[in-house]
Amino acid sequence: MSQPTIEGFGATPLDIRNRRNQKAIRLAFGAMTIMLIVPVVIILALLIARGYPALSWDFFTTHPVDNMTKGGILPALVGTLWLVGVALIASVPLGVAAAIYLSEYASDNFLTRLINLAIINLAGVPSIVHALFGLGAFVLFFEFGTSILAASLTLAVMTLPVVIVSTRETLQAVPQSFRLACWSLGATRWQTIRKVVLPNSISGILTGVILEVSRTVGETAPIMFTGAVFFTPHLPVGVLDQTMAMSLHLYSVSTQVTDVPEALPYGVALSLIGMVIVLNSASIAFRMHLRRTKKW
Amino acid sequence: MGTDPKGGSNITKGDQGAPEGVPLSGSEPASPAIRTRDLNLWYGDFQALFDVDIDVRQGKVTSLIGPSGCGKSTLLRSINRINERLGYVRTAGTIEVMGHDVLADDVELTPLRRAVGMVFQRPNPLPLSIRDNALFAYRLHRGGKGPAAEEDAVMEKALQEVLLWDQVKDRLNQRATELSLEEQQKLCIARLLPVQPSVLLMDEPCSALDPKATHAVEELLWKLRGEYSILIVTHNMAQARRASDECVFMLMGKVVEHSSTGDMFVTPKSQQTADYIEGRYG
Ligand SMILES: Nc1ncnc2c1ncn2[C@@H]1O[C@H](COP(=O)(O)OP(=O)(O)O)[C@@H](O)[C@H]1O
Ligand SMILES: [Mg+2]
Repeated sequence: MSQPTIEGFGATPLDIRNRRNQKAIRLAFGAMTIMLIVPVVIILALLIARGYPALSWDFFTTHPVDNMTKGGILPALVGTLWLVGVALIASVPLGVAAAIYLSEYASDNFLTRLINLAIINLAGVPSIVHALFGLGAFVLFFEFGTSILAASLTLAVMTLPVVIVSTRETLQAVPQSFRLACWSLGATRWQTIRKVVLPNSISGILTGVILEVSRTVGETAPIMFTGAVFFTPHLPVGVLDQTMAMSLHLYSVSTQVTDVPEALPYGVALSLIGMVIVLNSASIAFRMHLRRTKKW
Repeated sequence: MGTDPKGGSNITKGDQGAPEGVPLSGSEPASPAIRTRDLNLWYGDFQALFDVDIDVRQGKVTSLIGPSGCGKSTLLRSINRINERLGYVRTAGTIEVMGHDVLADDVELTPLRRAVGMVFQRPNPLPLSIRDNALFAYRLHRGGKGPAAEEDAVMEKALQEVLLWDQVKDRLNQRATELSLEEQQKLCIARLLPVQPSVLLMDEPCSALDPKATHAVEELLWKLRGEYSILIVTHNMAQARRASDECVFMLMGKVVEHSSTGDMFVTPKSQQTADYIEGRYG
């Protein structure tokens, strides 16, 4: 006949325990997050402190001289851009086409599951193995020699699985209702892909691709046997030339060459990271731009 | 599909639910807009439709009612063959639209879907402008954009027909996904019209809408009736009763009863129908 009385809203022992647990967990997880950032900050700080003195306009625009102990990094910078650019030209059309096929056309059967398994495993193959594959396949079998072409194709094979996976995920994020609407209006699969699926996933696809690029910038092993050399006085002029590359240059000035001024390897490392950061920021800015202009 | 959808039997309709007793103006019995015979359908091993025989009359609104999971959507989706995209669907029997076999080997899906428009439960305009949505099917079926003047005329006519023109005529380049749900659903109907479909299939087109919007869409259906043959799935008994000429009641993949709306709601032939109408199933 009457409502039960309540004691007010003060904390019971259980509440106190819950609150204590909650605080402890939050602290622990927060600490782990900070521990994660610490190495990144230290690395960057160290690189900037030690490498900054080496940087100058000339550093980026001149060749190395005196057995690579002085001078700039121009050939390595240009070489890396070549390698990454050619790798992109090879891997993006192939990877995007494969992802579209797998996501939009292929039915779920034994063969496509096998392909998916292969892609996942390919992504896990160590880069040194890709390097040997590239050496055997592109340098020797196809007789491209040690060249930008061979090195870039090796990089392309290495990044292909990641391009496929990220593209496929982006495609699958496009709501199924759009496809259904299109099909019910009589559109073929290709019309649906071209008019609706791709326009709504292109930003994600490009972002994945650009992020992938930034990863290839730093790869050393796959290009070492296939197209990159320690030193060449010439800038590459075509895909059959050999070239210097940032990652390999860093390796040589750090470990292979004697009497290098201390700031030089740090300057190279800082430039390499700078390239990656520029590429990543570009991709993020691009994605934000596209996100703003589209919503569903 | 050359058949005139405004077939002769159209005049019968004075008030809704008129008994079907005498076939009026029996001059030419127009072929049904949709006719299925012995239609069986399996999802893998699961049989969802059993020997479904229905005749949807031209120029009428036919309601498809029945409890959840009885196969209404399945039946609808087999008519424009949109369920084929699921690799594991198997269909046996015949389906004809305006007298033409739908399941024949030489049927192209594009002309089939031009003749059979579909409206979904959740409004699903494409993430394009209102204009591009209204003209999507039109462009698809003529193989590209048309002359600007023609496109404008086609679009205006379609949007007028669904009573949407006045609301959107000043913002045709706005994204269709920004419209209200009612407007979106009307746009989804409008985009079908420029390619002159014979049949409109609607799967609970109002269930995502509020009562006022539902009413508006219902009125629209009643207006489109005559020019198009409409098969509409609904959970809303009042809607079926108000806004349809005939009703088909399904239960567990079978058609239990098909009669004029008046008969169905006043003197149902089957006890199961009566139970469902009175709310004794889900
Ligand atoms: N894609 C599908 N795969 C397997 N079974 C399905 C699929 N769609 C529907 N079904 C099954 O078929 C039956 C009929 O479903 P549906 O046609 O959606 O019913 P309704 O529209 O009348 O609610 C249900 O038992 C449902 O579980
Ligand atoms: Mg349904």
